[in-house]
Amino acid sequence: MFPTPIEKRSRGAQISYQALLPVALLMWLLPLVAVALFSIRPLADFTNGNYWGVPSSFEFFTNYGKVFFESDMPRYMLNSFLITVPTVVGAVALSTMTGFALGIYRFRGNLLIFFMFIAGNFVPFQILMVPVRDLTVSAGLYDTKMGLVLFHIAFQTGFCTLFMRNFIRALPFELIEAARVEGIAEWRIFWFVVLPLMKPALAALAVLIFTFIWNDYFWAIVLTQGPDAQPVTAGITSFNSQFVAQYHLMSAGSIVAAIPPVAMFFLMQRHFIAGLTLGAVK
Amino acid sequence: MSTTTPEPGWLQRNRMTITPLLFLLPGVLFFLVYVISPIIQSFNISLYEWDGLGEATFVGLRNYEELASDRAFEISLWNNLKWLALYLLAIPAGLFIALFLNQNVVGIRLYKSLFFFPFVISQVVVGLVFSWFYLPREGLLNAVITTFGFDPLNILGDPTLATYGIIAAGLWPQTAYCMILYLTGLNAVDPEQIEAGRLDGAKGVRMLWHVILPQLKPATFIAFVVTIIGALRSFDLISIMTNGGPFGSTRVLSFYMFEKALSEYGFRMGYGSAIAVVLFLIMLVFIAYFLWSMYREERAARR
Repeated sequence: MFPTPIEKRSRGAQISYQALLPVALLMWLLPLVAVALFSIRPLADFTNGNYWGVPSSFEFFTNYGKVFFESDMPRYMLNSFLITVPTVVGAVALSTMTGFALGIYRFRGNLLIFFMFIAGNFVPFQILMVPVRDLTVSAGLYDTKMGLVLFHIAFQTGFCTLFMRNFIRALPFELIEAARVEGIAEWRIFWFVVLPLMKPALAALAVLIFTFIWNDYFWAIVLTQGPDAQPVTAGITSFNSQFVAQYHLMSAGSIVAAIPPVAMFFLMQRHFIAGLTLGAVK
Repeated sequence: MSTTTPEPGWLQRNRMTITPLLFLLPGVLFFLVYVISPIIQSFNISLYEWDGLGEATFVGLRNYEELASDRAFEISLWNNLKWLALYLLAIPAGLFIALFLNQNVVGIRLYKSLFFFPFVISQVVVGLVFSWFYLPREGLLNAVITTFGFDPLNILGDPTLATYGIIAAGLWPQTAYCMILYLTGLNAVDPEQIEAGRLDGAKGVRMLWHVILPQLKPATFIAFVVTIIGALRSFDLISIMTNGGPFGSTRVLSFYMFEKALSEYGFRMGYGSAIAVVLFLIMLVFIAYFLWSMYREERAARR
């Protein structure tokens, strides 16, 4: 292990390391701590200039209650779910298929198609903006969740294909050959041999895409407007203009908006990190 | 000449070509419609003057000529370079934190997750959090530096500082990302090589440089890829924190393009596309390099 494990060092080093950890963490998360502290203060503290002293009262329930019951926030959250979940399902389904085709079969153009997916996944979104917006408008899908979902599925298929194909490549190829010798149809090999082996990849990809899509802001403002279809990342700006300069409510609002991907991360941590670091180890 | 044995059906004979084609079809179709063809269309639109609704007028390369003398475009381009250069700091910073956290003490897993935390939050929230952190009166940053006797700063209101303030906000999640890449990489470092290094008397920085870093190469490569892409894609933070201001000093190409094509400053789709094409061409240099590296690996791993 590098660096030298701390338990092999002197007692003093061990104690200072243990003491340093929480301090470093606090400094690292300082901006976030500040927001969390803001979100439980009453409005009076801000008008009196009491930003960092002891809160004059504890208003956790009032502030978060306002976010949930006196704003469009629940609506935006629902929209985010209705956009994110279908995208995850669609992108994972499509890319499992493309990954299977590119990982198992040898045919001309295999590498070319694979590289098309990778390259497309790297492009700056802005070059897609005008044509994709135009396409969405002319399909009558502007300002609908469906319009966003379709685009997200298509774009995420690039990254997902890279992921799935590399995962399938690492599976034991003998299994597939054995199945072929048995005369099993190709689609049954996909469904009964390969798919069960891909569960960890499916889980990892699902959490990852969930976070990516939930956090998307650019496409949300390009393809939607207003609370009917906007996800929470875009909606939070209207939320903030509703409660302008009321930092306690804006802080509470942004914490609420951040919770679902954070919860997803802590619940599925192992899968999340496995997905994110695929390729970081050879 | 006719064969005597009954031939297997055409489908059966070609199943090894047909199957992958069918499996690829939906994904490739989606990707062509929503990603590949828009790239080509953008190149085309950049040769027109178009408001997105009426007739488009062909203007040839005039949009690009206009770019050459556009002061705002020049500022955006410079800011993109600043982003690119400073964003790369996330890689050594991430490595540093990973080395700090690569221990086996009680609760270290929770510490690692909490350090990674900023990456999971959306950039919109990161932007909001940092713009409040920087607030001249209410912000925690000024509360801290004034207690140490410094003058308060208005980072996002100062054209010379604002871009750096936004980049700092961007480095926060990016460093967390690089950290997790390196933590995973450090886990896989070969303990025997470390032992061998120790026997040779390598310690500390020398050990890191000669023994550890070469083994972390895959992690470093991915860290470079995601950091460069992240730097060139930066949009959310700028839109949330300063909306391009003050006086347009924090614009980058992606933001300026959006402003030109889709905001109250006018609907100039052609001009916007021309900016996007420039951004794409910058990115293309990197994409080509990444693809080339991956291609070499594929060649080596061919079975």
